[in-house]
Amino acid sequence: MIDNGKLAMAPTAETRAKRPFDFAKWWDRIGILVVLAVLVLLMSSIAPNFNRVDNLLNIARSISVNAILAAGLTFVILTGGIDLSVGSIVAVAGVVAVVLAIAGLPAPLAVLAGMIVGAACGLVNGALTAYLALAPFIVTLGTMTFLRGLAYTITAGQPIVSSGLNFKDIGNGYLAGIPAPVIVMAVVYVVAWFLLERTRYGRHVYAVGGNAQAARLAGVRVDRITTSVYVIAGACAGLAGVIFAARVISAQPTAGTGYELDAIAAVVLGGTSLAGGRGRIIGTLVGSIILGILSTGLILLNVPFFRQLLIKGVVIILAVAIDSLKTRSLPFLRRDGVTA
Amino acid sequence: MTQEPLLRLEDVTKRFGATLALNGVHLDLRAGEVHALMGENGAGKSTLMKILAGNIQGDSGRIFLDGREIEIRSPLDARAHGIAIIHQELNTVPHMTVAENLSLGQEPRTALGMLDRPRVRREARDKLARIGADIDPTRPLGSLSVGMQQMVEIARAVSENARVLVLDEPTAALSRAEAQQLYRLIGQMRAAGVGLVYISHRMEEVWQLADRVTVLRDGGYVGTALMGELTPEDVVRMMVGRAIGNLYDHAPRHAGAIALEVEGLTGGSIGPVDLTVRAGEIVCMAGLIGSGRTEVARLIFGADRRTGGTVRVNGRESRPVDPYAAIAGGIGMVPEDRKVQGLFLDHSVERNVAISSLERFTSFGVVQRMAARSAVTQQMQRLHLRQDALDLEVKALSGGNQQKAALARWLMRDSKVLVLDEPTRGVDIGAKREIYELIDELARAGKAVLVISSDLPEAIGISDRLLVMREGRIVHELRSADATEEEVMSHATGTAARQAGVVQEVRA
Repeated sequence: MIDNGKLAMAPTAETRAKRPFDFAKWWDRIGILVVLAVLVLLMSSIAPNFNRVDNLLNIARSISVNAILAAGLTFVILTGGIDLSVGSIVAVAGVVAVVLAIAGLPAPLAVLAGMIVGAACGLVNGALTAYLALAPFIVTLGTMTFLRGLAYTITAGQPIVSSGLNFKDIGNGYLAGIPAPVIVMAVVYVVAWFLLERTRYGRHVYAVGGNAQAARLAGVRVDRITTSVYVIAGACAGLAGVIFAARVISAQPTAGTGYELDAIAAVVLGGTSLAGGRGRIIGTLVGSIILGILSTGLILLNVPFFRQLLIKGVVIILAVAIDSLKTRSLPFLRRDGVTA
Repeated sequence: MTQEPLLRLEDVTKRFGATLALNGVHLDLRAGEVHALMGENGAGKSTLMKILAGNIQGDSGRIFLDGREIEIRSPLDARAHGIAIIHQELNTVPHMTVAENLSLGQEPRTALGMLDRPRVRREARDKLARIGADIDPTRPLGSLSVGMQQMVEIARAVSENARVLVLDEPTAALSRAEAQQLYRLIGQMRAAGVGLVYISHRMEEVWQLADRVTVLRDGGYVGTALMGELTPEDVVRMMVGRAIGNLYDHAPRHAGAIALEVEGLTGGSIGPVDLTVRAGEIVCMAGLIGSGRTEVARLIFGADRRTGGTVRVNGRESRPVDPYAAIAGGIGMVPEDRKVQGLFLDHSVERNVAISSLERFTSFGVVQRMAARSAVTQQMQRLHLRQDALDLEVKALSGGNQQKAALARWLMRDSKVLVLDEPTRGVDIGAKREIYELIDELARAGKAVLVISSDLPEAIGISDRLLVMREGRIVHELRSADATEEEVMSHATGTAARQAGVVQEVRA
């Protein structure tokens, strides 16, 4: 509870018990989970097939690409930045991985190459943002266009289909009955969670987003952190691009078009502030799951694609509206010393 | 006393959640008086002000203007009733010009509906002239000093014929000269029959200015009295509920070897600056706002680009190319504006304090959380910071406690040299005293402390030596024990140099 200095100076059991229901805090912690639970209940009651294990695994697989993109993007948004180029990186990384695989590169190296290409694109985004102090929205808008053009140029605008693609299992295989992309997604989230919650690096990421000026004066090398988050977002996008290429067993220059917006939606739905400094990686995962369930559920319900978009749009705005409702009540809850 | 007051608040109560921010508070303000509103941070002054400004509404209680009950439901209502507030954090648009700010919301238009720029400038000039402020209306507001920006806000309030003017810590960021100008302006407004509510932590100026005082404590109404009936000690007792001894009392300290040595430091319009601070010594940089004190601190700390000179810590050259390097070299700095430059307001106290010492608790990049938490808890105990604050967001703390959190960061790192820029700004008297004691304790523990303070009694009271700055250079040095405010001011303003006929260059 955000409260006044002196009351909290002596928080007695009595004052604690008397604290009224605090919507903002409550929503911060579990609001998104409630949305998820309601959605699951709703879906399983109207779509009888929804709760079947194979359906749930299907949903998990279908969200994996977006969830991996969103995981990387969470780092960027936590620093107060934005990356619009991740969708285009998906295409470039997929194309490069497929081309190298066809040229004879072994599967693990082809996958790695896709990630490295993504990371390299991220390095350009990050360096331009951090060292030339350009606005990340503009920088990544530029690289988004450039990289899409690059994907078209490499492929001459045509999909490159390779039926014997050596890394296709990363998109289509199973391990112990679980789809491979789901396992990759889980690993990405465990690593991201660990980095953000447990390491010094994670604390620096939050510090840069919380207050870049203060972070610099506290000895955080803001430029390096800023650059690194775009590299992470790029690497994640590269990995997502490889998985996407493996799923469709081809290099598609149009792959990932518009994915950056789905990924941003997942991050924001998960409660991460676009202003930076606030948010959790777990929220992003839940946000991706909600978007995925929504899509799958609407398909199960035979809602036409055009109307699915209408519903998705409403859900995103609703989630952000609740979030803003929460922050709007903040001035009344927030009382800091100088203004007390 | 029988005369109906200009503004009367009766039994105003306001609750935030479970917190009673105001509990049956009274205030009556007469036309042509300066009414001081005093209380520690968290006493309810700002809440009361927000109610007057129409930003929030009281839960109960009544407000009378000229004896008629009014309701203030929005800032527009407040304006319509002639109530103007000059906030501590100014309410202006920095990249617009002074004139544009003054006409904001009521821009004059030409017959074609276009903005009438010449008239905007003309009106601005008139408004500024009315309060005797010598400010160029075509300058961007952000390029003015805080004091001048405040003048612009006052000019706006006066131009709107405000009858009630509330000033919230108006001199906190002002130089002595600017404050004097403000005092004169307050005198003029009082003579013109405006009722002024004056919120300040500075006892002397309250005594100099106010006719009456109302004291709040913990949201409750303590009392109202004529200034003449009280001593400063009485007011402090009313504010804190107990007596507080002399603020600056301390036993003599013993300075050791030179810890911080700055030679020929230049950068921007600063320098060359030479100074030394010994281990166990507190040196205070005094001077007017804009004299370059903060800039010197930032150059030492590597926050701004240095064009020349050396900085040595314990004889070893620290290459302050960025704060990271300065910190590694043993320097810590608490910046001037703790909210903008110092703290992560949305983050926990633990994260705020630990941020600069993380490598101590990190192995292979992983933060040992328990070790970090217990180390932060230790510093919090040392600073008498609430123990339950460890996981609280910093913005939930009072100004004094926020400042302690900012200090704790460097205590935890055990920095050899501490640069504290305005460490007690916006801090209540109880926390001020604790911060003085802490600075004293740090010096005794062998730290070299360089303090910047615009509060002259404070600057003289807490330090061993004073460095007076003017126009980017150190122009005079004196022992604090022998210093008088007048002497420091005369060097800070340059009148001493003029009298002597030469600029006194002092090499530390």
